[in-house]
Amino acid sequence: MEPTIIVRIGYAFISLFVITNYGLLLIGSMARISAKVQGRVGQPVYQPYIDIVKSSAKRNSISHGIMFYLGPVFRLAGGIGTYMFIPAVFGSVLFRNFSDSGDLLLVMYFIFFGQLGMALGAGEGGHPYSAIGVSRGLAQMTAFEVPFALSVIAVAIQYGTLDITAIVAAQQGGFMHWTLATNPLAVLAAIIAFLGMSMHNPFSVVIAPQEIPIGPPTEYQSNLLGMLQTNRAIFNGAKLVLYMNLFFGGATNIVVMVIKTFLIYFINVFVGQAFPRLRVDQSIRFFLGVPTLIGIASVIIAAI
Amino acid sequence: MSDNKLKPAPLPNEGLPPEERGLFCDVAPREYEPAKGIVEDFYNWARSESLWILGFGTGCGAIELRPLMTSRFDMYRFGIQPRPTPRQSSVFVIGGYASVKTLKRIVRSYEQMMGPKFVIALGSCTINGGMYWDSYNTIKRIDQYIPVDTYITGCMPRPEALLAGFQELKKIIKAGKGEGQNEYARNFDWYKANQKKVIKNWNMPDYNW
Amino acid sequence: MNELAEKLAVRYGARDWHDQRKDLASVMVDILKIRDTLAWLRDEGGYVHLSFATAIDNIERGVFTLTYALRNHERGHSLMVHAEVSRDNPSVDSIHLLWGQGWTYQREMKEWYGIDFPGSPRVDEEFVLEGWDQMPMMRRDFDSLAYSDATYTERPGRVTHDPAAHMKEKLYPEAAK
Repeated sequence: MEPTIIVRIGYAFISLFVITNYGLLLIGSMARISAKVQGRVGQPVYQPYIDIVKSSAKRNSISHGIMFYLGPVFRLAGGIGTYMFIPAVFGSVLFRNFSDSGDLLLVMYFIFFGQLGMALGAGEGGHPYSAIGVSRGLAQMTAFEVPFALSVIAVAIQYGTLDITAIVAAQQGGFMHWTLATNPLAVLAAIIAFLGMSMHNPFSVVIAPQEIPIGPPTEYQSNLLGMLQTNRAIFNGAKLVLYMNLFFGGATNIVVMVIKTFLIYFINVFVGQAFPRLRVDQSIRFFLGVPTLIGIASVIIAAI
Repeated sequence: MSDNKLKPAPLPNEGLPPEERGLFCDVAPREYEPAKGIVEDFYNWARSESLWILGFGTGCGAIELRPLMTSRFDMYRFGIQPRPTPRQSSVFVIGGYASVKTLKRIVRSYEQMMGPKFVIALGSCTINGGMYWDSYNTIKRIDQYIPVDTYITGCMPRPEALLAGFQELKKIIKAGKGEGQNEYARNFDWYKANQKKVIKNWNMPDYNW
Repeated sequence: MNELAEKLAVRYGARDWHDQRKDLASVMVDILKIRDTLAWLRDEGGYVHLSFATAIDNIERGVFTLTYALRNHERGHSLMVHAEVSRDNPSVDSIHLLWGQGWTYQREMKEWYGIDFPGSPRVDEEFVLEGWDQMPMMRRDFDSLAYSDATYTERPGRVTHDPAAHMKEKLYPEAAK
């Protein structure tokens, strides 16, 4: 029995709520794990919540014009849009979101959309560091999109569909059916792109938290910053779910989803704690080098 | 302190070249009413547990902020993080002596921060001039120019003293006494007069947030 | 090194050669010959590096003593070239064409001591002070304490102790009595 559109919207809100909280806890716990690696105690797991409450509880805020407000709105729309077209749990009515045939293309578009909207808004802020951050971010994004897009093309060729649900369905039936086992090169290229996408070390120079070039959000404050922080959680969750669906066999219930996405996210921390930060030109050269070749190889393998 | 009923005319940003005057704000800051009761308590708790300090070293004392990030002192466990931009930070740590040249930057950065904002003044120099008490270019009391929530004595204070100071600031915020922003707005004319007394070439906007 | 001292004495009337250490000496020349002396030391004497240039206010003699610290890297020897200029209306030849960084030191001396270097680039611009409207503050007749008291608000309650007496009283109270 197909649920009505009203019910689906209600389900989508529940799904969004879950992924927001999951994303926040994920960020908090990963910061904690990083701290342990560095021999520190680290911030509380719930620190992202406090930060968002604090940002939203600021009493005043400044504006630089309409586009300035639209920046975080576009960013949040990009995050939510990405998530809304991915089925979070395979076969679940509640976490199906609005995925339909061809949603893979939409998701790819939405991943880029937020960054572009943010670029417009941050440019309106007029701060030079914003502009530097935007140009760095877009340059690095363009670079890691290449191996990512290649590996998505490989997956699409392999399964003959652009429907994420169908791709997940094709991977059911044990580990040997996962893309990880059937097309490991595509997964490798995508995972390297994922390191760039989640902006952890060594590709963290774009937002470079706590340093002078904080990047695009230099001028954002108060509730606008709160929106960006919320979006970061949603966007992280959405990307993790997408990767899980495309390469790691999806999830048939929420527990499996949590375990798998946690482990995928852990790759970031694992790599990030071991490698220093690259400059933007270095990371662009890196992404357009070996990962792109791996991506091309994966497409060729999938095609023949 | 200003007690005049008549509001003075808005300051005309006269330190700036004429073509830039329109780019800056020309309205004085206003006071913000705190939320009521338990809501404000909750907000204050969140503010005190998420102190983002402005990573701007204004004097030699800033050297003591760096060890706080290291594994040994680890300020992150108290919810303290450095932020690079005044727009996002809520705590301004005045790192020791402030020369007149630095004071200009301090005032501008402070005014660009979003309220509620808190100031920790570090070291003897911010309290009464310290060893720079007879210097021609170093102010003696930072609280004449921006409101200060708490002081940390010492020359230099150790990182432990800084952490203790942050705990003290948390208590102040949780008690709802961290109203430096409103104090600054209330006594805006007094603070501006003090600032302009020492900053001889005022070539920055009068209201710059 | 005495060979160099003699050459400088013959050419530029340098006097008071003083060997401070094995690798450090100082010499005094006339202020009108300072630029020629430095140029000769750079081109012929091997002192190619200007470490710094500064001034000292010798108010008792009514002069500023300018000091140019040069370094000969081949011999590992430093030479301080001193020259005295009158405190009223001091004006010295610029050396910015000899060493590119020279104009920074000259700008500093202009702001801090009021010594003019005609022709030096940007010599009249502010160096570290902003909006300074008093006499140059490194001159010794500038009263820093009086200016500070007049300009900056003091917090009441500041006391000064003689360190020796204070510590004696704190550590050995019975001996202080």
